[in-house]
Amino acid sequence: MKNKNLYNYILGIADNSLILGQRLGELCGHGPSLETDIACTNMSLDLLGQVRSYYQYAAKIAGDGRTEDDIAMLRKESEYFNVLLVEQPNTDFGYTMARQFLFDVYHFLMLTELEKSTDLNLSAIAKKSIKEVSYHKRFSSDWINRLGDGTEESHSRIQTAINDLWTYTDELFHQTEADEAMVAEGVGVDVTKLKGAYYEEVNSVLEEATLSVPESKYFQKGGKQGIHTEHMGYLLAELQYMQRTYPNMEW
Amino acid sequence: MSEDQIKKMEAERSRSLEAEFEARIARDEKIEPKDWMPEKYRQTHIRQISQHAHSEIVGMLPEGNWITRAPSLRRKVALLAKVQDEAGHGLYLYSACETLGISRDELYEQLHSGKAKYSSIFNYPTVTWADIGAIGWLVDGAAIINQVPLCNTSFGPYARAMVRVCKEESFHQRQGYEIMLKLCEGTAEQKELAQDALNRWWWPSLMMFGPTDAESTHTEQSMKWKLKRKTNDELRQQFIDQTVPQAEILGLTIPDPDLKWNEERQSYDFGEINWDEFWQVVKGHGPMNKERMKARVGAWERGEWVRDAAMAHAEKQQERKAKEAV
Repeated sequence: MKNKNLYNYILGIADNSLILGQRLGELCGHGPSLETDIACTNMSLDLLGQVRSYYQYAAKIAGDGRTEDDIAMLRKESEYFNVLLVEQPNTDFGYTMARQFLFDVYHFLMLTELEKSTDLNLSAIAKKSIKEVSYHKRFSSDWINRLGDGTEESHSRIQTAINDLWTYTDELFHQTEADEAMVAEGVGVDVTKLKGAYYEEVNSVLEEATLSVPESKYFQKGGKQGIHTEHMGYLLAELQYMQRTYPNMEW
Repeated sequence: MSEDQIKKMEAERSRSLEAEFEARIARDEKIEPKDWMPEKYRQTHIRQISQHAHSEIVGMLPEGNWITRAPSLRRKVALLAKVQDEAGHGLYLYSACETLGISRDELYEQLHSGKAKYSSIFNYPTVTWADIGAIGWLVDGAAIINQVPLCNTSFGPYARAMVRVCKEESFHQRQGYEIMLKLCEGTAEQKELAQDALNRWWWPSLMMFGPTDAESTHTEQSMKWKLKRKTNDELRQQFIDQTVPQAEILGLTIPDPDLKWNEERQSYDFGEINWDEFWQVVKGHGPMNKERMKARVGAWERGEWVRDAAMAHAEKQQERKAKEAV
């Protein structure tokens, strides 16, 4: 493939949305209220819509007959480049909102930069997605605030979720070789530069919600290199079920 | 005035209110929440609208079962959107119901305790992807036939909700049929999936129109209030006549050896419905009744701390605002 770095760079961005969209999709019909159910489905829909644009573009770059669905559903686990954060399970509504919030703040900052990409396709996708993601960020931040401020139970649950997921935040700012190559070409976003703004915003929402900012300096990484947590295989088993059971068919 | 006289006057007043009410319905005027209405009208509407809302919410479960496993991104997005539409229908049907003086929490309580019913069709399992096609095609198809007349029903909020519901349902039905079409144009294995789904969903879909007219208890009153315009049997026949040619286009066989065109009636004759199965499922002993309720009650219970937190936060906010104002 001529543009292997660009291809991998796109997957790195798109896989985050795919895996998070899949996780949110699990909740459809099981939310704490109809309104939150509808909102989580909405975010899943937005993310998967973005995924389709990215993968269609990636398929064009691959140029070997692969389709968006082949890319989404027929890779091995080690070929998915999403960060570990987004594959974490929906342990409870607190974890779901904490995961969403910790990703949304990053996602919004990243898209704001990606909009300036010299790659017009990526810039266009970023421009369209940024409106959706600004809504996601507002939604998840509001819930962090509500749960932090709400009752003793909700405060303790959301604090636990933030503490547990904190370990996955640092990976958001790691760069692979493909990422670095794309940054050098003006196509990719230098995410290392977003770290300061990210923690500033996250910390301020947590403080507003009367939550404490975790102090741990130990972080987990690996997703961007295709080394995932134990949760990932099960998620892929569902995601890939039809394509694996009935190969080479159209649906 | 004596007590007797007062009673007599009140009775007369109530009779004249009722006569005026029935006349308004006969003139096709809409009844709005603040208008006077007989208690039986209110109760019947609470029952029917909430049953409808519950069906939307429980109906999210069998289809939601395939969101994570949809075979393509396009299908996954379409299915998510469809199930989300159902949540939306539930939301405005509950709101329509609330205008009759009952709260959403009370309605949930009726669902969770088993007091309120929902459409029995959702007590069947979705075991293959083709079931998602069959539900869209048959179940939404049957629902539309049941619901289109409700766009002109007498109770304003219900009628207006149904206009929107029907538009979206007809989109869902086309989407379901398109899933079936794609399967039938695909490999032999895909076509088998489609036939198997039709075999399992055909009879339960016919049961969606309810018991035969002879057995139906609410028909007469509901006709008068325009909650019903045609009888169960008439609607069922309409569904069969509409669906058989669609199955022919797909090249699928309807699992009824007695199904035959009747030239004289210009309609299809069809075989005996298994009413024992119908009543078994209605009474709570279908393949998925217990699981569906467990899922609904479970979601509600697991969500309690979240709803409590939202409430507590809102109250605190108000207090803070009040303090600031001082």
